[in-house]
Amino acid sequence: MTAPIETTGAAADAQPEAVLAGADKGRIEGRSLGQIAWARFKRDKVAVAGGVIVILLILLAILSRPVQALFGLDPNAFHQDLIVPDTSLPKGSWGGMSMDHPLGVDPKFGRDIATRVLEGSWVSLVVAFGATILSNVIGAIMGVIAGYYGGRVDSIISRLMDVFLAFPLLLFAIAISATLQGGAFGLNGLPLHLAVLIFVIGFFNWPYLGRIVRGQTLALREREFVDAARGMGAKGPYILFRELMPNLVGPIIVYSTLLIPTNIIFEASLSFLGVGIQPPQASWGGMLREAVTYYQVDPQYMIVPGLAIFITVLAFNLLGDGLRDALDPRSR
Amino acid sequence: MEGKQTIMRRSALAAVAAIGSASLLLAGCSKADDNKDTPKAAGANAATKGVVNASDKKGGTVTYEMSDVPDSFDPGNTYYAYMYNFSRLYARPLMTFQPGAGPKGNTLVPDLAASKGVASDGGKTWTYKLRSGLKYQDGTPITSKDVKYAVERSNFARDVLSLGPNYFQQFMKDGDKYKGPYKDKSAKGLSSIETPDDSTIVFHLNRAFQEFDYLVATPQTAPVPQAKDDGVDYIKHIVSSGSYQFQSYQEGKQAVLVPNKNWDPKTDPLRKQLASKIVVNLKVNPETIDKDLQSGDATVDLVGTGVQASTQADLLNSADGKASTDNTYGGRLVYAAINTKLKPFDNVACRKAVEYAIDKVSVQTALGGPIRGDVASTVLPPDITGYQKADVYATAGGKGDIAKAKDQLKACGQKTINTNITARSDRPGEVDAATAIINSLKKVGINATLKQYPAGKYFTDYAGVPSFTEKQNIGLMMMQWGADWPSGYGFLQQILNSKAISQSGNTNLSQYSNKKVDGLLAQAIAEPDTAKRNALYAQIDKQVMDDAALVPLTYFKVLLYRSPYATNVVSTAAFSGQYDYLNLGTTKK
Repeated sequence: MTAPIETTGAAADAQPEAVLAGADKGRIEGRSLGQIAWARFKRDKVAVAGGVIVILLILLAILSRPVQALFGLDPNAFHQDLIVPDTSLPKGSWGGMSMDHPLGVDPKFGRDIATRVLEGSWVSLVVAFGATILSNVIGAIMGVIAGYYGGRVDSIISRLMDVFLAFPLLLFAIAISATLQGGAFGLNGLPLHLAVLIFVIGFFNWPYLGRIVRGQTLALREREFVDAARGMGAKGPYILFRELMPNLVGPIIVYSTLLIPTNIIFEASLSFLGVGIQPPQASWGGMLREAVTYYQVDPQYMIVPGLAIFITVLAFNLLGDGLRDALDPRSR
Repeated sequence: MEGKQTIMRRSALAAVAAIGSASLLLAGCSKADDNKDTPKAAGANAATKGVVNASDKKGGTVTYEMSDVPDSFDPGNTYYAYMYNFSRLYARPLMTFQPGAGPKGNTLVPDLAASKGVASDGGKTWTYKLRSGLKYQDGTPITSKDVKYAVERSNFARDVLSLGPNYFQQFMKDGDKYKGPYKDKSAKGLSSIETPDDSTIVFHLNRAFQEFDYLVATPQTAPVPQAKDDGVDYIKHIVSSGSYQFQSYQEGKQAVLVPNKNWDPKTDPLRKQLASKIVVNLKVNPETIDKDLQSGDATVDLVGTGVQASTQADLLNSADGKASTDNTYGGRLVYAAINTKLKPFDNVACRKAVEYAIDKVSVQTALGGPIRGDVASTVLPPDITGYQKADVYATAGGKGDIAKAKDQLKACGQKTINTNITARSDRPGEVDAATAIINSLKKVGINATLKQYPAGKYFTDYAGVPSFTEKQNIGLMMMQWGADWPSGYGFLQQILNSKAISQSGNTNLSQYSNKKVDGLLAQAIAEPDTAKRNALYAQIDKQVMDDAALVPLTYFKVLLYRSPYATNVVSTAAFSGQYDYLNLGTTKK
């Protein structure tokens, strides 16, 4: 909760910060809200580690295609000469690991697993970020409107949230992904699948943030600075987006970093169930789906994409936890 | 017999089950117990060459296991090859297939009938004489009227019993007018089936049909006493005419069969009645079935589509394991249908480009290698009568020919083609094959995008709806086809006859219509000489390939685990490579 009042807050709150911040007391006076949070965050080694991994992952995802082009890698190139025809398994131990294929090749096709994991990284992150942004934009706007205006507007939006929360999301996602396969939004192929996933995952997750934002807004709208703005003649939209929103950035960021890993898993689950990204496009969930048939005889193939999901989700969760502690120390 | 294969649905379920990772490690470590006195395996593919462990010893319990449930145990209400096979234990059809290895199993022999059908009127009338001394399990005699009634209830009462095929309705004279025994209560029944006396039955057809013996080899001709029939509920108290009868039946769980005391071996040259009990366990986890088979707790997998992928790798990696497997044709063709009505594939040169472009070995590897199918080059698989070796689009090693494909593409006036390819989402093999095809086509400039649809609605809503494929620009469709009876007609009629094209539920996915082929099919089925008939089938096959209506990918094969305890084991082509269930026994007490 980062209402302005807290920057000058009670001595009891400020005291430990000042002590913990170290000897250089002279500079405490000048610190902004962000600086305080950043100082707190830096002290949380686990969160910093999570943050570093997240940055690396994002870089990896952005550079995924250029790196492939640079090294002449193709996630869909077949190497069926590396496959034992009778069993469909890669030749050699450890799932066909070799200098050319450091993480082995996949059964049946002999595609390079390392390249496919790399290719799958941007798919996962694009869907997770896209869906998170979509749900948070809707959630924040709906939440702040409901919280600020209250009354009938609040009850309509709140009931709408209840309706969305009551949706059997997974079933709905499966149904909608299957029916939209033929083409929608003027898209086809991979862009369509990405758009459908972002829409399905994002559109039904907004009430969670919406409720948080609404609650925060209810508290904030009674504050003096809002009264002051109103007294000076500010109208609704100005107060919503200029006065209230900046104070909601904290919880939104925190919630986003915690929502991203959930969305990564959701994307993987949908691809695992065959309604997400379609083959031959590589995606982590899709790789897991293919690996299931062979987990007893070629566990390597399941471990690699499984680990990729695990590390990504863990990193985002650690970062999210750290950010929450930093931005909202009282929530501990 | 399309869509009647459950192995894919099974693996989809397994996939969901397997996501719980704790079970992964456990399952990986547990193997079938090594029993000290396990009999020795007879060698790889032994049951495809002859009868393994031939025996007349009585006793023991034969256990069948199945990962799902069959459509129905009612002989008049089933369409699965394994139920055609199994139901013969308690329901004797007029004709059936001789237990024999591979193609020898395709031989028709009289079962309830005393001899093969006698044709008259140029193949439009077929007469069968029943054996004498036939009795039901309750001792009452079996008459030809019961056979007539069985055909009537299974083919003409689609609102009550809808799961089996309805060939009799299509081929019997005035078959379209008769409403079935549940609605039409007249004593006469269907007028085109006559029963002049209790042991004679005469079928009057609306056209010459020389393969009628195949048609009466389905369980639909197994006698059902009208007095005991109550439609769908008949399954609860099936009256046996075969060597076994039901002791108990729990839907979705288990069926137990015991020897039928009123079955007289003198009336039956085929059945031996060896096992003292037959147990069918339903809804068993597919991995468990494989393990039970190896430990001897189960005698055979009822569905007979073969072991799971991981078991396959285990078995083939050891000499002992390999010696207890049978790898045989399953009477099916895996193919990609080309939409002959969709631009630019309405041009035969564009279709030929696809024929040349596809690397069939790559597709074969994606489908599980030579164990799961041989590279195909004809429409008819080798275990179907009428097959003749040919390869119109031969390429070096079956690996496709990019140059020739590009030539054809040029002849078609195209440089690149953008199209879509469909596959059934719950059949991973189909998706894998499509993936390999996409990879091949890309090399010649054909960009295909995969579209997956659920198997249950593949024909009714998606690939089988011409207006849908037209609208969605679907040029290629993954398909698998097995014959309802093992002859060229049974195989080709539903997928290449222009009359089979329908607006929904279409199985002629290519929408192939060639008057010449239609004519040849009609000519073939009216041809009484078997050799000439088979030559016509080969001619049709050649014509279809010249027209490039479909790309044959592999001749489907199954890898069966043969229990060392099982006796009289023989894999038959008549039932998609399954073991013949008629005389399966066990040495295990």
